[in-house]
Amino acid sequence: MSEEKIYSFPKSMREVTTHYCAGCGHGIVHKLIAQIMDELGIQEKTLVIAPVGCSVLAYNYLKADGLEAAHGRAPAVSTGLKRVHKDKVVICYQGDGDLLAIGTAETVHAANRGEHITVIFINNAIYGMTGGQMAPTTMEGQVTKTTPYGRDPKEVGWPIRACELLNTLEAPYYIERCAVYDVKHINQTKKAIKKAIQNQIDGKGYSFVEILSMCPTNWGVDPTKAAEWVRDVMEPYYPVKCFRDGGEKK
Amino acid sequence: MSEKILMKGNEAIGEAAILAGCRHYFAYPITPQNEIPAYMAKRLPEVGGTFLQAESELAAVSMVMGASAGGARVMTSSSSPGISLKQEGISYMSGAQLPAVIVNMMRGGPGLGNIAGAQGDYFQATRGGGNGDYHVLVIAPGNVQELADYTIKAFDLADKYRIVCMILGDGYLGQMSEPLILPKAVENLPAKDWALTGAKGREPHIIASLRLNPDNYLEKHVYDLYENYKKIEENEVIYDTQNLDDADYMIVAYGTASRICKKAIRMLRAEGIKVGLFRPVTLWPFPKKEIAEAAKKVKKILTVEMSMGQMVQDVQINAGKFCDVDFLGRPGGMLPEVEKIVQRVKSYV
Repeated sequence: MSEEKIYSFPKSMREVTTHYCAGCGHGIVHKLIAQIMDELGIQEKTLVIAPVGCSVLAYNYLKADGLEAAHGRAPAVSTGLKRVHKDKVVICYQGDGDLLAIGTAETVHAANRGEHITVIFINNAIYGMTGGQMAPTTMEGQVTKTTPYGRDPKEVGWPIRACELLNTLEAPYYIERCAVYDVKHINQTKKAIKKAIQNQIDGKGYSFVEILSMCPTNWGVDPTKAAEWVRDVMEPYYPVKCFRDGGEKK
Repeated sequence: MSEKILMKGNEAIGEAAILAGCRHYFAYPITPQNEIPAYMAKRLPEVGGTFLQAESELAAVSMVMGASAGGARVMTSSSSPGISLKQEGISYMSGAQLPAVIVNMMRGGPGLGNIAGAQGDYFQATRGGGNGDYHVLVIAPGNVQELADYTIKAFDLADKYRIVCMILGDGYLGQMSEPLILPKAVENLPAKDWALTGAKGREPHIIASLRLNPDNYLEKHVYDLYENYKKIEENEVIYDTQNLDDADYMIVAYGTASRICKKAIRMLRAEGIKVGLFRPVTLWPFPKKEIAEAAKKVKKILTVEMSMGQMVQDVQINAGKFCDVDFLGRPGGMLPEVEKIVQRVKSYV
């Protein structure tokens, strides 16, 4: 029986020790992006925009040119970079506070202009880097450092659904929500990210992939429980589905 | 193009930017600089460039940051309250050593203030403006010709030192029309081997202001920034003088205020009072040595500003040990009157 190599460390990933916590979803998504960069052969033309948040050091993992944006401004920074380098692949990587709180305007307007970028949105319902404060996507009743009695929508509003919000706009080409709480969903996420990047290579326009992810450290649970919480609490409120493909609303 | 043409200050900035090789401009509307985005919206498509009206000043300056990281010559413009918002991006770009040209056509403040020309943003412009230890190279033109010439210079200096360069004008300068000779187009843009172009045949480039580890990483980075600033202070000071050779009294003013002072100086000279003008053009780097030298030869200095007195602090620090420094200014978009300046200088005699 001849041996066939079916797995290797992605070439587009740096061989470094992770700074992410055990059970965090960022590492999974970084690796998917690196695998896709390898598969599409785009490592030499990929420009990664890192946001403020836990993934500010994304450029320490992805072996591509990287730029760090101010908090919430990643879509605007991506816009400027892409308008200069129309032939490159710009990946705008963001977390929930970045994308839906401080950067809501940049998010909506980059999508509304149909910027030719790929936005990867990690939704883990909490601020990670600052130590577990309420995010715009924090669930009703969820306890965080700044909602010690649980998120009360009457006081601080309801969790915002990014895909549904962006799906009201005319310009976006592709909008899909995925999750990384089990292998099946990780595989679906990879397909979605690959499609979102291929869309950009093909000049189709703005692609948005939201990924429901885990933050065991700031949720105060173990990684297994965290994965279950995404499935049981987040997914019912944030349905995993494709909202738009090829510019057509679904 | 050596022919004189009539042009509005704001439009002269726009055309000069294009002559400097700027093909990307991002901005958000605000009075009194709206002629710049309007001009760029019309002109940039004609030269294959990109004009984009951003959703906010925060977004505009971030787009500038992205384009600059990509290696492009890029500009944004605004006026006082809008420049306050852009400080976020200016600080980030300064930390990441990204060149850009930022135009501030100042208006009256604080807050929304009014839409008349003013000089109340001197502190903000010359002390960094945003968070952290850094400087922006600030040029204050005094007429429409200089708006054009120094806009080109701003792009060159920004690239040379990888620094944010600010054109600090005001609403009056931007709105006035004067004859000018358009500067020559910049032919060869400098290579930027640090830019983000895709890691082809090289290690990836990382452009960031974050310096977390080790403990002294940020400290060393700031020292490096200040080594660069030292070179700028040594080599890039610009100032102008008028009637200083035999002067007993020296007026210090920049931009629009200096124009008013020139008239006062003519009137005083006609009465036999020996007074001259020292006009800083780079506000950072401030002409420290030059103003100190000039101060040694006069009996008294009058600093005139369209503010409650901001540049006067730099005058005091650098020239105050050689002679008295007086101040005359008006805030709120009001112009200091020629007669008041004349009277004040006469009171020294």
